[in-house]
Amino acid sequence: MADNQILIRVCLGTSGKAADGEKVISLFRMHIQRHGLDGSVQKRCVVKKVGCRGLCSRDLLVDVIIDGRQTTYQNVTPSMVERIVQEHLLRGNPIDEWAVKEDYAEFTSRQYKIVLGPCGVIDPENIDDYLKMNGYRALKKALTTMTPEEVIKEVKRSKLRGRGGSGFLTGKKWEICRSQPDKTRYIICNVGEVNRALAEGNPHAIIEGLIIGGYAIGASQGYIFIRERYHLSVERLKKAIKQARERGFLGENLFGTSFNFDITFSFGTEAFICGEETALMECIEGKRAMPRLRPPYPAEKGLWGKPTIINNAETLSNIPIIIGKGSEWFSTIGTEHSKGTKVFTLSGKIKNNGLVEVAMGTSLRTIVFGIGGGIEGNRKLKAIQVGGPSGGLIPYSMIDMGLDYENLQKMGSIIGSGGMVVFDETDCIVSVAKFFMEFLQRESCGKCVPCRLGTTRMLELLTKITEGRATMKDIEALERLSAIMSTSSLCGLGRTAPNPVITSLTHFRDEYLAHIRDKHCPAGVCRALITYTIIEDLCKGCGVCLRKCPAKAITGERKKPHVIDQSLCIKCGICFQSCKFKAIIKE
Amino acid sequence: MKKRMVRCRINDIKVEVPEGTTILEAARAQGIYIPALCYHPKLSVTGACRVCLVEVDGVAVVSCATPVEEGMTIITNSPYVEELRRDIIDLILSDHPYDCMVCQKAGDCELQELAYFYQIRYPRFSGRKRSYKTKDGNPFIEREMEKCIQCGRCVKVCDEIQGVCAIDFAYKGFELKVCPPFEKDLDCEFCGQCVSVCPTGALVGKDWIPKGRQMNIKQVDTVCPYCGCGCNITLHVSRNEIIRVTSKPDTLNEGWLCVKGRFAYQFVSSPERLKKPLIKRNGRFEEVSWDTALDFVAQRFKEIKDKYGPDAIAGLSSARCTNEENYLFQKFLRAAIGTNNIDHCARY
Repeated sequence: MADNQILIRVCLGTSGKAADGEKVISLFRMHIQRHGLDGSVQKRCVVKKVGCRGLCSRDLLVDVIIDGRQTTYQNVTPSMVERIVQEHLLRGNPIDEWAVKEDYAEFTSRQYKIVLGPCGVIDPENIDDYLKMNGYRALKKALTTMTPEEVIKEVKRSKLRGRGGSGFLTGKKWEICRSQPDKTRYIICNVGEVNRALAEGNPHAIIEGLIIGGYAIGASQGYIFIRERYHLSVERLKKAIKQARERGFLGENLFGTSFNFDITFSFGTEAFICGEETALMECIEGKRAMPRLRPPYPAEKGLWGKPTIINNAETLSNIPIIIGKGSEWFSTIGTEHSKGTKVFTLSGKIKNNGLVEVAMGTSLRTIVFGIGGGIEGNRKLKAIQVGGPSGGLIPYSMIDMGLDYENLQKMGSIIGSGGMVVFDETDCIVSVAKFFMEFLQRESCGKCVPCRLGTTRMLELLTKITEGRATMKDIEALERLSAIMSTSSLCGLGRTAPNPVITSLTHFRDEYLAHIRDKHCPAGVCRALITYTIIEDLCKGCGVCLRKCPAKAITGERKKPHVIDQSLCIKCGICFQSCKFKAIIKE
Repeated sequence: MKKRMVRCRINDIKVEVPEGTTILEAARAQGIYIPALCYHPKLSVTGACRVCLVEVDGVAVVSCATPVEEGMTIITNSPYVEELRRDIIDLILSDHPYDCMVCQKAGDCELQELAYFYQIRYPRFSGRKRSYKTKDGNPFIEREMEKCIQCGRCVKVCDEIQGVCAIDFAYKGFELKVCPPFEKDLDCEFCGQCVSVCPTGALVGKDWIPKGRQMNIKQVDTVCPYCGCGCNITLHVSRNEIIRVTSKPDTLNEGWLCVKGRFAYQFVSSPERLKKPLIKRNGRFEEVSWDTALDFVAQRFKEIKDKYGPDAIAGLSSARCTNEENYLFQKFLRAAIGTNNIDHCARY
C-alpha cells in the first residue's frame, strides 16, 4: 500500500453481515464523502469489505489503517461510524476506548494463519486483490512448468493430509486416482461448515486449489459441493468462478496448454451424512444421500462410476501454498506426520469464540487459554470436544497434548470437522454425550443396522442415565454398543458416532457412576436428579419464591419458613435464583 | 477372457475362486454358511444388515461386499464375529414386533431363523419400536412396516429386476421407511417381486392370511397357465386348496413372477369355474359331454362354411395358449376351415 493512504477494512462475513456490516460500510462511505469534499480524505481513502477474521464474538470488527498504522475497532455499530471518521480519519486520533485490547493480540499472535491468512485482509469479491497476493501464480507454475506427476509428487512430499475425516495423504489419494485406466475423472470440493469462512473470505484459493487438483489427477470437470443454505459462500464462490473464467483461469487451453477445466455447483441438502464422500457423490448424482460400500474407493470408482477425488475446501486451499512456496517450506510447519496448519472452530464456554488456525501439534492449552483467552467467568475447564459431534471428549488433564492426527486418534477422537467445544465445571458430561448422540441419531441415514439402531439405543440409554433410571447394566450395554458400532458400521458416521460416549466413559466414568449409583448429577444439570430444598433456618418467609413458582409447589405462611412439595416441583430453578437469602439449595 | 484365479483360506479350507468373487459367494460355494439378511444373489450388494461379518486378519469385514484377495485368511465362525453377529441381530430384534405366533411368515422367516440359531429369546438391547397406524389399502400385498428390517431387497428388486421403482427409502435414521412416493398406498403393477424377496413378514400376499404358513404344505411344481411364457410356479396346497404361489430360483424364469402368476390363482377353486361344456337350448345352458359339444361345433362350422363360404369365419387365439396350441389353431383355420382370418390377442 502506498504511503499517505487510508484503508478501512470492514468484516463482511456472515457474522459481520449480521452485525450490520453493510450499513457500517455505507455510512463510512457517506461520511467520508461528506467530510472529505475538500480532497484531503476522500481521494486517498479506500473502504473495503473483507472476509471473516475469526473473532466473530467481537463483530463488527473494523480496521483503520492510516499510513501503515493499524487500529482495529471492535463491536462497531452504525452509530459509532461518525465519531471514527471525525476523530480518527480527519484528526488522526484513534479512539482507544473502542479499539481492541491486548487480548486481541493474544488471539491473533498465537495463530499460524496460512490458509486463513488472506481472510480479513483481501476483498473476497475482487480477483485483483487475490492476484496482488500472488494469486493464481501457483496455478500458472503448475500448468506451465510442472507435469501432473510432478504436482502430485510435490503434494506428496508436503505430506498434506485431508483436513477432515480420516486424514488420508492427499498426494497419495491423487496418485491412486491418476493411475486409474479410466480417463474421465472428477474432482469435488466439499465446502463444509468449517470451510464457510474460507469460501467467504478467500474463495479464489479454493478455486485455484481445485484447478491444480484437477490438473494433477487429469480431470477436466470440478464440482463444488455446498449446502444451499450457505448463501454468502455460494454467492462469493459464484462471483469468484465468474471472475476466474473472465481472466482465463477456467475454461479451455489454460495458460496456452491443452488442459481444460471448469467448475459446476452441486447443492447439498441439510444432512450431516453428506460429509461422507460416497454419500456426497450419491447426492450429486441426484440420489438419496446414503453411503456406498467400499471397496471400490472413490479414487477408483466414484462419481458416475468414474475415478473421483473429494477434498474439502481447507485441503484445497493449502494446495496453492504448497505449489507456490514449495513442499519443503510447508513441511517445516507441524509435527512429524501431521504437516501444515489446521483450522478449528473454537466455541463453548470460552472467552474468545471464533475461528482459529494453528500449526499442527499446537497444544490444547495454547488454543484454549492463549488464543481462546480462557474459560468464561474464569471457571474450571472440564473437557474439550474436538472434531465435531463424532469427535472425542478430551479431559483437562490432557490439555498439554499437541493436536495432530496421531494424538487425536490415540485419544479416540478425530480431526473431523475441526470443531472444538469447550466445557467447564458447570457442564454435565453425560448430558454432553447425550447432546452429541442426539445429533448423530438424528443424522444417521439409517442404511446400516449398527448405526441406525445403535445410535437410537445409545441415546435411550444416555437419557435413562440422565433421568436417574439407569443401572450398571446400562453402562455395559453402552460399551457393547460402542464396540459394535465402531467395528461394524458401514461408514465413518456410524464408526465414529460412539466416540463421545467412549471417551467420556474412559475419562469421566465417575460422573456416569454418580448418576447411576447415587442418582446425583455432580454438575447439577440433569433436571431429574436435582432437588431444591428450603433451609428452614435461613428462610425468612418473604414469599417471593411462593409467588414466582410456576408449578405452585411452594407453600408456607408469611414470615414462616416455606416448604417445596417435591412431587409438584418441576425443577425450573426460579425459586433458587430469586431467593435473596440463599435459603434454597440445589443438590 | 478368462478371469484370474485367487487363492485364500476359509476356515482352514483352501479355496480358489475367480478374481472379484466375494467372500460370501466363495464360502457359500464351499457349503460354508454365512448368515445374511440384505444379501440376495440376484440383486446388487447393499451391505446394510452387517450380519454377514467375517474375520479377515483380525478385522471384521462384511463378506457380501469384500472381494477375495490373494492369500486372504478368512474365519467365518470365530467367537469375535459370532458375537458381533449375535448382537447385530439382537439390535434388529429390539425394533421388531414379537408376534411370530401370528405372523404369516413364521417358519419361513430369515430373521426368525437367525433368532433361533443365536437363541435370542429376549433382546439384550431394548427401547422404542416403530409403529405405523395407517395400513395399505391395495388388494394384493399386505405391508406390515413394523416388521421391516430395512434391508432394501424390495427396493432393489423393484428397480433392478422389475424396472418399476415403485418404492424407495424415505426419512432417515430410526424413522427410515420403505414406501411409495409421498407415503401413498402402494399403487404399482403388484408383481409381488418384493414379497418374494422380503426376508421377514413385512411383505406378504394379502390373500395368504390366514390360509396357512409353511408347515404341512404340499408343494406342487407346475407351469403358470396365464400366458405363453410358461413360467415355472410352485403351488402351495393346504387342505386341498391352493393357498399361495411361489416360484423357485432355479427355474427358467429365475423365480420371478408377475401379478397374475403370483396372486391370481383363486380361479382354480372358484365355484363359477366351467368344468364341462354347455350348450344353450331353448334359452337355457345345458351340460353336455365333450363329444356332443365338439360335434355340435363342427356341424355348425360346416353349415356356416357351406352357406357363406370359409371367409365368414374368423379365429382369434389367446396368449394363454402355448406356441404349439397357437400353431395348431392357425393350421386348423387355414387348412380345415380354409380362411386366413386369423389373429391373436397378443397383437393388440
